[in-house]
Amino acid sequence: MSLAECRSAGALEVKFVPDEDVLRHIADDAGIKVQKGKNQLIANPKRFVKKLEAISDDEAQEVLEEKSYVAVLGVCGEESMTNGSSVGGGEVYTFQTPKRSNKMAELASELAQTPGQSAVPDPSKCPEKTAKTPQSSKRSSSSQVQQKTKKNEFVSTTPYRLRKRLAAPDAQLESESEYSASCSEEEEGEEAQKEVSTVLSHQKTPAKTKAVSTPPSRKTLTKKKDNMNDLVEEYFEAHSSSKVLTSDRTLQKLRRKRLNQQTLHDLLQKSPLAYAAEIKELNQQYESLFSKWMLQLHLGFNIVLYGLGSKHDLLEKFRTSMLQDCVHLVVNGYFPSITVKSVLNSITEEVLDHIGTFRSPLDQLEFIMKRFKEDSSLELYVLIHNLDSQMLRGERSQQILAQLSSLPSIYLIASIDHINAPLMWDQAKQSLYNWLWYETTTFSPYVEETSYENSLLVQQSGSLALSSLTHVLRSLTPNARGIFRLLAQYQLENKDNASYPGACLLFPHLFGMALLAQSQWHWHSVQVTS
Amino acid sequence: MSTRSLSKGCFVFKPSPKKRKVSRTTAYYFREGSSDLEDSELRFATCQSLQKQVKSETEQIEEELNEQLFDNLVSFLRRSHSAFQEKKTEWTCRTKSREIPTAALVLGVNVTDHDFTFRSLSEVLQNNVTPYIALLEAKDCPGIKNLMQKLLGQLMNCCIDVDSSEEEDYEHVSRSRVRCSMTTLINWYESATKRTDSETPGKKRTSSRHWQSPPVVVIFKDMESFTTKVLQDFVVISSQHIGEFPLVLIFGIATSPMIIHSLLPHSVSSLLCIELFQSLSCKDHLSTIIDKILLTTQFPLKLSEKVLQVLINIFLYHDFSVQNFIKGFQLCIVEHFHSNPLSVLCCQLEEAKRRVNSLSHNQCENVRRLPSFRRYVESQVSEKQIALLTVDSSLKEAVQKLLEDLNVYHENYFPILRCLHVFTSSLPKYPLGKQIRELHCACLENRVWETEEYESSLQLARMLNKSDLVTMLQKCVEILVSSPGREFDEIVEKLKEFLTQFQKLEEAYQERDESISPQKELQKKTNLYHLQKTLLELKESRRSKKLTKFEMLRFEVVDYIDSLVRHYLVPADHKTLHEIVYFNTASVLREHLNAAPRIALHTALNNPYSYLKAFSTVVTAAEGPTADAASSDQVDDVIHARFIRAVSELELLGFIKPSKQKTDHVARLTWGGC
Repeated sequence: MSLAECRSAGALEVKFVPDEDVLRHIADDAGIKVQKGKNQLIANPKRFVKKLEAISDDEAQEVLEEKSYVAVLGVCGEESMTNGSSVGGGEVYTFQTPKRSNKMAELASELAQTPGQSAVPDPSKCPEKTAKTPQSSKRSSSSQVQQKTKKNEFVSTTPYRLRKRLAAPDAQLESESEYSASCSEEEEGEEAQKEVSTVLSHQKTPAKTKAVSTPPSRKTLTKKKDNMNDLVEEYFEAHSSSKVLTSDRTLQKLRRKRLNQQTLHDLLQKSPLAYAAEIKELNQQYESLFSKWMLQLHLGFNIVLYGLGSKHDLLEKFRTSMLQDCVHLVVNGYFPSITVKSVLNSITEEVLDHIGTFRSPLDQLEFIMKRFKEDSSLELYVLIHNLDSQMLRGERSQQILAQLSSLPSIYLIASIDHINAPLMWDQAKQSLYNWLWYETTTFSPYVEETSYENSLLVQQSGSLALSSLTHVLRSLTPNARGIFRLLAQYQLENKDNASYPGACLLFPHLFGMALLAQSQWHWHSVQVTS
Repeated sequence: MSTRSLSKGCFVFKPSPKKRKVSRTTAYYFREGSSDLEDSELRFATCQSLQKQVKSETEQIEEELNEQLFDNLVSFLRRSHSAFQEKKTEWTCRTKSREIPTAALVLGVNVTDHDFTFRSLSEVLQNNVTPYIALLEAKDCPGIKNLMQKLLGQLMNCCIDVDSSEEEDYEHVSRSRVRCSMTTLINWYESATKRTDSETPGKKRTSSRHWQSPPVVVIFKDMESFTTKVLQDFVVISSQHIGEFPLVLIFGIATSPMIIHSLLPHSVSSLLCIELFQSLSCKDHLSTIIDKILLTTQFPLKLSEKVLQVLINIFLYHDFSVQNFIKGFQLCIVEHFHSNPLSVLCCQLEEAKRRVNSLSHNQCENVRRLPSFRRYVESQVSEKQIALLTVDSSLKEAVQKLLEDLNVYHENYFPILRCLHVFTSSLPKYPLGKQIRELHCACLENRVWETEEYESSLQLARMLNKSDLVTMLQKCVEILVSSPGREFDEIVEKLKEFLTQFQKLEEAYQERDESISPQKELQKKTNLYHLQKTLLELKESRRSKKLTKFEMLRFEVVDYIDSLVRHYLVPADHKTLHEIVYFNTASVLREHLNAAPRIALHTALNNPYSYLKAFSTVVTAAEGPTADAASSDQVDDVIHARFIRAVSELELLGFIKPSKQKTDHVARLTWGGC
């Protein structure tokens, strides 16, 4: 009994089937299953056409909705410029992405017709592609058919993995596969659109018209389907957390190299900043607040800046214009290896001139608090760019920073960018921080904050680590450099030797050894000369 | 020196010591940032003194509020350790079962206020009961070892503090070297108490302050946050030694006392002899603060309705923290004095009058610009108008008079408000709010007597019974007598007259009691027909009947109260020069205290959704239709770079994250999608 037949009879039967039975059933009737898959493949286009009609009906209305939505936003924008508080949360949080916007579909179809894609690729190119992205292509080869069935017939009877195993690989489809399943569960919203766009593209490309040719006899069957049934199916389709489709296009397909950080930076330097004059004016507004900030810092509040745009330059300007005569500490939170310990260290070592180590950050914090309480003449301004960075957002780090900021003679001014940054603080921390919030939307690009190669689209060259290593290497004496070379050579020679005890030694360790050797060598030379 | 580096993230800047001397004072920044330079120093001084006043006042209020609780706690400590003090053997008998006396202190969810409570609690205990107090916080005690370390450290340090100087070298054992165990603690306790015992002649002061063999009090500030294991271990270990030294635990609890039983298994909680203490709820606390600070004439600065509403909303919907409320009020003070040049007149009346005389011409112009003052000028005759607008001296005279009026208005406003609150707070369903702050907001917002709620509450007041009415009137009399207002003698007279009339009415009623009332008649007759008849008659008579004397009197009272309200509870912004003493920029307050970063981001991005669409179409659409990026595979370098930047910015802002399932794919995190 295939499902299609069952449904055509208009009777839907639900019964409990134990897992073993399912397994046996599948093992026995593998052949039937494949057949069933084909059936569905043929049956589906009807529903697609129907869907597409519905979509085009909705389009006009959607455009309208979008317009009114934009209007509302415009109003919001104006209001918030004059009086930021008047925008209620409700207006924002009910944000709805317009579904199935036409543009996306058009774009997808356009892309599908671009020569690079629609022309069947020459065989020399194909293996290279698969070799480069083994993960995605492998999946696409096996799941392509299954996807089709799923896309079209929204009911899946067999578990995903079984279907995947049973589905017959289709060579023709594989070579053109542009979409494949992605396991991410967070992409459903986007997926709905993409599915539609795939359908569009499939219909337009002649290579895929196979599915469109439908035997008329099936049409009547599909018509019979209960409307209610459709709704239920659609509901579960929309809420399923199963595999969804995403584009298989990668940056590699752009036939251009990944940019490295330097070229990226150069390119962006060249491109002019839009609305420069307006942004400058905006910044001047914020700069007029500087002395007010100072006042409020002195009155026991700490200041946090939020809003879109890099606040690095603003804070830097604040520092140069207001803090020249005071002891201050700048913390680049976006620095990839910043830790709370390094912040505390720079306070104890450089501000308090304390020599010695601490057992734990808590001890260190206690020491700092004690010193600041004892000596009322001590004052310290702390500027933290990106208090919400990866490295500082942890609970313990925030606790320590909050306690630090609660000292009356430590003045903290920080910036946050992440949309969920306020979630870092519970009531206790918030009252320790004693924030005053200032909206400083600067619209300036996050140049500094994104400059540490942490972007996922930039070529990961590792040049940062290398450059720092060469920096250290240059600082060594020629002798030490020689020792280091010897060590490195030895390391390289023995890297495949499993019995070599130093196989797991890392680059930095070697440096340490080199330095150690150097100091000892230095001793030798001293002894020799004396 | 630059703050850009590839090798470090922290940069310390130290100016040369010569330069450092010219560090600027707070007053300097006040002057610099102030919108108007007029009188900024005077304003700053007034602001500071007002802040100080508010601070000391609030602290005093809090102390008073906590007094009862602390008294109870102290007597609990006394009780639990009287046995230990008198006879050690008895103590050991009693604690054979190894029960540790424990006080469960339920403080409520406003965790941020607890710090202050505990600080003053330990102060009180230190002064009256024992020098041996340890305050433990969960974040310092991830394990039992840390807890013991912290405990011993605090106890031994405090010992040094008490009898400082001379024995410092004797007692000065580095904390890290002491083995942190119960035995060390007991040994320390014995030596410490012995020492104070032997030195009693020399140290009479300390010994008289504290009890003999004072208990060791260990306070767990946030009991809920401690891990079960740490608590359990500590309780079990210390119960082993409870016979040897008097230990008392105090648990600070934010939620409910049940938490003790859910945190500790029965075998452990049975080792505790728990007594429950409940602190005042934070809402009552807030009401007291509002009552004593905002609803008095003591402080010249007042809050407008919107500002007060913002502060109360933050309290009710965000944190329940009284400290934060006070902080908000402090911010109001700063903002008011900082942004309003005329706030220099926001001080006590006599001082303000003096300051009016020395106002500069600019400041006079500022006064003339006030909307309320302009309304006032327009209501004057033309000669006076000219004088007010051109001659500074006549303006000053008028301002002095107006300030006095304003002061009188406030003096009358608050007592009458309280009287009205006496009435409204006892009405069913509280049409004007249960709390006086709600009534206050309603009165500030607009003419309260024009509101529907006021109408309905008057109607309800007309249905009050006599005894309620009498007690309310008595309360009103009390309020008015105790208030400093000058015009109240008359009102008090009138109210007293009402009271005597009620009294007379009662007497008259008793005399008349002999005659059979219709109700009594009703009880007598049991015949259905007669009953129906009498009921109909009753109905008829009620419709036509004149009001009883009591009802007439009741109407009179309510009408009188109504007239008082109409006369005295005029909204403040109808008063001339209210801008001087009322802080009313609620938006500033909300922006700084209750910011909405998401909304800011959203409005700035305008439509984040477009960022998630095809990038090149958006960019080229913004630049005009000439660019046709989609036509070729070769994307422009700059666009490519901008795309990469946009992606990394979105990642920084938390809109997307790498999906890890596919190369070059990201998952959307916000605004739909998940």
